[in-house]
Amino acid sequence: MTEEYFVQGNEACALGAIKAGCRFFAGYPITPSTEIAELMSQKLPKEGGRFIQMEDEISAIGAIIGASWGGQKVVTATSGPGLSLMQENIGYAAMTETPLVIIDMQRGSPSTGQPTKSGQGDMMQIRWGSHGDYEIIALAPSSVQECFDYTVKAFNLAEKYRVPVFVMADEIVGHMREKITIPDDIEIITRQAPEKTEDYKPYEAPCNGTPAMPPFAQGYNVHITGLTHNTKGYPDADDPKVHETLVTRLCNKILKNTDEITEIKSKYTEDAETIVISYGVPSRSVTTAIKQARKDDIKVGYIKLETVWPFPEKQLQKIAKNAKRILVPEMNLGQIYYEIDRVLGKTAKVELMSKIGGQVHTPNEILNKIMED
Amino acid sequence: MKEDIRVAGLGGQGVIMLGIVLGKAASLYADFNAVQTQSYGPEARGGASRAEVIISDEEIDYPKVENPDIFTSMSHEALMKYISDIKQGAYLIVDSGMIDETEIQDIIKEKNLKYYTTPATQTAEEKLGTKIVANIVMLGSLIKATNIIPVEAVKQAIKDSVPNGTEDKNIQAFQEGMNIVQKKI
Amino acid sequence: MTEHKNRFLKYLREERLPHIFCPGCGNGTTINTILQGINKSNKDFENITMVSGIGCSSRIPGYVKCDSLHTTHGRALAYATGLKASNPKQDIIVVSGDGDGTSIGGNHLIHAARRNIDLTLVCINNDIYGMTGGQISPTSPEGTKATTAPYGSQDKPFNIAEIVKAAGATYVARWTTAQPVQLSKAIKEGLENKGFSLIEVISQCPTYFGRKNKLKTPTKMIQWMKENTIPIQQAENKTPEELKDKIITGTYINQPRPEFIENQDKLIREVSTIDPDENIRKAYGGNIE
Repeated sequence: MTEEYFVQGNEACALGAIKAGCRFFAGYPITPSTEIAELMSQKLPKEGGRFIQMEDEISAIGAIIGASWGGQKVVTATSGPGLSLMQENIGYAAMTETPLVIIDMQRGSPSTGQPTKSGQGDMMQIRWGSHGDYEIIALAPSSVQECFDYTVKAFNLAEKYRVPVFVMADEIVGHMREKITIPDDIEIITRQAPEKTEDYKPYEAPCNGTPAMPPFAQGYNVHITGLTHNTKGYPDADDPKVHETLVTRLCNKILKNTDEITEIKSKYTEDAETIVISYGVPSRSVTTAIKQARKDDIKVGYIKLETVWPFPEKQLQKIAKNAKRILVPEMNLGQIYYEIDRVLGKTAKVELMSKIGGQVHTPNEILNKIMED
Repeated sequence: MKEDIRVAGLGGQGVIMLGIVLGKAASLYADFNAVQTQSYGPEARGGASRAEVIISDEEIDYPKVENPDIFTSMSHEALMKYISDIKQGAYLIVDSGMIDETEIQDIIKEKNLKYYTTPATQTAEEKLGTKIVANIVMLGSLIKATNIIPVEAVKQAIKDSVPNGTEDKNIQAFQEGMNIVQKKI
Repeated sequence: MTEHKNRFLKYLREERLPHIFCPGCGNGTTINTILQGINKSNKDFENITMVSGIGCSSRIPGYVKCDSLHTTHGRALAYATGLKASNPKQDIIVVSGDGDGTSIGGNHLIHAARRNIDLTLVCINNDIYGMTGGQISPTSPEGTKATTAPYGSQDKPFNIAEIVKAAGATYVARWTTAQPVQLSKAIKEGLENKGFSLIEVISQCPTYFGRKNKLKTPTKMIQWMKENTIPIQQAENKTPEELKDKIITGTYINQPRPEFIENQDKLIREVSTIDPDENIRKAYGGNIE
């Protein structure tokens, strides 16, 4: 039966996690994501699941990585400062191929910044925050419904690619209330246990592929380490070939599947000379502005990046091939802008529209920028 | 139809709750879309606070209220703090016992506001025996004055939102609010 | 000549031997006592999983033929907390050192003890950072020389057993590698205690601690440990001056109280009709074989 609720984005994330089969949450209170922990602490015991308020964000991510190996779908929720603390262990999760979901309710930053205001300052941190070469997946919701939908999707992607998946929301979406509709036929991906063979190799994977994940305490006797490891899972930190093979596969299992992983939404791009590209909450202002502009017969279109990482490079180049001018509204001083400029800068003039301080761009600000040319 | 609504008051008066009930009524029990936002942070801890709701029969993209079509306040401090960007010809509904009318005469004239008063807090205390339901009294007055959402939808949303066992008291408060509101200008 | 096979070899990943530990390191004795402790306990080896952080001692789980999680520096107990909660049917042994467990991981240590979560922590305390080449640790006695304390340590060392007891652990014992019988008995008792258990193993690092502190050979270090060991009962009647730099061994606490997962299960039964065990391996759509 379809259910409807009028809830905050934070609550929608929690509902999405539970719907996706998550029965384990570990976290630490931080504004503006705390409502997720609060709702999980209330809902999980009713589902026979477990909630743990840990002593800090480092232990929160440690606990969910442990629980993921124990056989649970896991999630934590945080904001900039907490995310910074998690970084070392995010790298561990990438290296050991541990499925997990991190919901980041972005706030004004750097440092303690603006706890109760919005921002999009963590977009590069999630991409590069831990040391070394690795890939993650990131989705950016702009509505309460998308908070629910993308959280479910994040779990499915985490399970499929065994990788940390980020739901990159922000204070506005997290605290805003809207109606969400939960249909009963949602696609949920569950883990497939590997075959238990005589000489089982947990990290033996097809080319650019993801191996099946063995649960602990089920007789596989696996050794999981953040050290460079061979296909058996054993440390081998000296052989350059072992390192190259492992790290290349960890990156390629995401990068080579970019088309399958990423989704973007676009409208009016065919005849558009100017295209506005956004992700997350600014997309809403963009939509209002573009609707108005089209009423006034201005040839402008928009692209909304639902998935920001891996970066949907080829899809963007295809959709924006005729554009002369690209506008990028971001609630930071330029992060995804540089990525867009790298990808489209040769065929169009890419312009950044920064807005920091806690507010999202107004439709008028976007409209004025469109008209500026 | 698209209505931008701002509900102002002091922390603890239940303005956020009022906003949530409005949003629920519009989106779950009537055929509208709704977005509800609110002020956060130190200002929500006792000082002036506000909830905002956009109700529309079309998809709501930009989620913030810029120039309210409907403004209601349960506190003078919050009224003065948040009223300046009210739209021309908007509805202004105030709790008459909580504000000083003399200070808003100019803006009422200048913006040609539809001005309503309602003794919401006083009615809650005297007729319903508790100040706690003043926000729901206020909601009744707001709905009666503006007629933006069907009364039955609002009643459903109230029953769905208030603590168990207080449904009747709150419906009574809503009804009182509808009765006592007066059009001034 | 017949080959002498260690009776615990079947529990080890033979293909990974020889191990990386230095000659004379206390880790060898500790592995033996862990396996003996499991053997003597009412726990089944098949049901054991191991978790560790970073450091020499944290390499131990990698040699044991069980599921093992070799995590980040200091965070073993955080990972173990999640692992245990995800499937409480496993018996989890966490292995750490003094730097890993009490310096970078000190916060997790006191919180795991506070929660009284059913984990058995074997903390191998050799008073020095071995893996990185002999730096001072939070347990190094005053005056200890190390590569980062060339003039001798000036700080008061942690008393791990007392800290963990004060933080709420329900089983705490301290023994030295010169007391393998007591040590394996303590590990057995720790495993059987339903709650957070700490077994502090006072161990020797001849390579770094010994060389820097005029105890160059393993024998000298063991001799030094034996000479400075005082049973906890005898220590009660001694002055702080008499106990300075002494190793006080014995059982510090063995007193059960409600355990973390048990408390959670109780709550779940109160608010839900779903048995928490039904959710074990939920990511796989339920129990798998």
